[in-house]
Amino acid sequence: MTFKHSRFDRFILGFVYMLLTLAVLLIVVPLVYVVIASFMEPTALLNKGLSLNPADYSIEGYEKILSSKSMLNGFLNSLFYSAMFALVTVVVSMFAGFPLAIDGFVGRRFFMILFIVTMFFGGGLVPTFLVVKQLGLLDTVWAVIIPGAVNVWNIFLARTFFKGIPKELSEAAKVDGASEARTFFSIVLALSKPIMFVLALYAFVGQWNSFFDAMIYLENSRLYPLQLVLRSILIQNQVSPEMIGDRLAQAELKRLSEIIKYASIVISSLPLLVMYPFFQKYFEKGVMVGSLK
Amino acid sequence: MEQTIIRREQRTARRSGTLKNIFDYIRRNHFLYWLMAPALILTILFKYVPMYGIVIAFKDFSYSKGILGSEWVGLKYFDKLLNAPNFELIFMNTLKLSVYGLVIGFPVPILLALMLSQLRRAGVKKNIQLFLYAPNFISVIVVVGMLFIFLSPTGPINKLIIALSGHPIQFMAEPEYFRSIYILSGIWQGAGWASIIYVAALAGVDPELHNAATLDGASLLQRIRHIDLPTIRPVMAVVFILSAGGIMAIGFEKAFLMQTALNLPTSEILPTYVYKIGLKAGDYSYSTAIGLFNSAINVILLVFVNTVVKRLNEGEGLY
Repeated sequence: MTFKHSRFDRFILGFVYMLLTLAVLLIVVPLVYVVIASFMEPTALLNKGLSLNPADYSIEGYEKILSSKSMLNGFLNSLFYSAMFALVTVVVSMFAGFPLAIDGFVGRRFFMILFIVTMFFGGGLVPTFLVVKQLGLLDTVWAVIIPGAVNVWNIFLARTFFKGIPKELSEAAKVDGASEARTFFSIVLALSKPIMFVLALYAFVGQWNSFFDAMIYLENSRLYPLQLVLRSILIQNQVSPEMIGDRLAQAELKRLSEIIKYASIVISSLPLLVMYPFFQKYFEKGVMVGSLK
Repeated sequence: MEQTIIRREQRTARRSGTLKNIFDYIRRNHFLYWLMAPALILTILFKYVPMYGIVIAFKDFSYSKGILGSEWVGLKYFDKLLNAPNFELIFMNTLKLSVYGLVIGFPVPILLALMLSQLRRAGVKKNIQLFLYAPNFISVIVVVGMLFIFLSPTGPINKLIIALSGHPIQFMAEPEYFRSIYILSGIWQGAGWASIIYVAALAGVDPELHNAATLDGASLLQRIRHIDLPTIRPVMAVVFILSAGGIMAIGFEKAFLMQTALNLPTSEILPTYVYKIGLKAGDYSYSTAIGLFNSAINVILLVFVNTVVKRLNEGEGLY
């Protein structure tokens, strides 16, 4: 590793460093801009844009958001949906992945094909909607949690992991007289914490950031996840009246709507962005195991 | 060879094994089937039953009559779609958005991975990756929200443009900008994450190979071309086929969120149209027909691209 690069190679390497720095800046600058803007005094932000004058900073945006019921409600809903979704996903995927990893499991081919087909064909929007409606799940929390919880990719992820567990372990347990169920729950699952963690992480983040199922299946705004609340603020430009207070004055609305947007982006995205570096290796693992097929 | 023989024997054994043997197996291992049950039930309910529901594309679906009782109308709704005045526009919008997105977006993660693999110090590499992957964890809603803020007539980017030329650009209202904004923001959000798979493939290259090549006088670019690129070529093929196969299914959510009344001439694509016709207008049969049409095109493209890549890639395709 200690030999010299030619002059041309060094030039190329310099270029590589430059491009990567540029890529990092392209990602960081907009995010930092949002964070700084969110701490500005609303009027100053509107008139001057970002400034370095400490007098132009305030936490008014955050005060408005943290006092907003719909935002808090959305936050709690999202927490619930994401946790439940992660739980259901992990249970369903681990359960189904286990038999599929066993050699000689009768019906394995049939089940595999059954699952794989769904990767390429689906019913589409309306037929799926009709099923959810027929089952009476419309406008309930289950519409957000259940239909998306079975995912072929996750089942295969679990299966691949199980295949890597030495057979001797479960065979030894069986010799000792443990039942199939006991072996699975107390030995196999105990060894599977890493993959369960990866699955849960992915499911949690996926649900936290999604809005589509909630948008089509939920009408009651009390059930809205955070992303739908954000949608009305960021994209439909509807800052809810409760944030502004009783004065629904147009001027006040105009003054605050920008700052509320910035602050709501920070509040909703920061938890994941701050947590993700600690879990980076698990996320990468998920991508890699999945790509093995 | 031996293995295939053994496997074939096993298969014949299983086939000649009577139903009784199978039931025996199931009875002895019923626990395994219980484990399968949740995934099986959910898959049938939410994947297979809707597949059956597709028949409403060929019927005049009404609630009161149900799926079975509704009248068959054959290809009426496909006719309607193909003869719709805006069909060609929407179809071409869908195709252009995804093809441009694929052509422009596909190489970026590969370039990122190749550049990252040149970094010798692991710490630096890790930190850069940390930043590159981050946008993947931001929701579509927030990304599109940021686009609206940054690109608004009074937003920071237009402040710059006004300072330079005096006239703000209505980015989100002009149809001509929609595709560029869609594709570039997609790269911003996804390219880093998509590079992981290539980075991992490149990490598998034996460093001795590079050392030996360097000793033999190979330049950096030559090593990339003759060592790194061949290493990731199979991965490239699979990723390309998979994204080409998803071409018509591409990013409903973001296009939908980015739509404004004014940019519809380029931002209306088949998936957003399915949503509008189906759930907004309540024309279930028509919407299902459009969705089915979209999926059919998708399957055709997948098969086509797989064939082409197979030919170019020495017989290695997805299947």
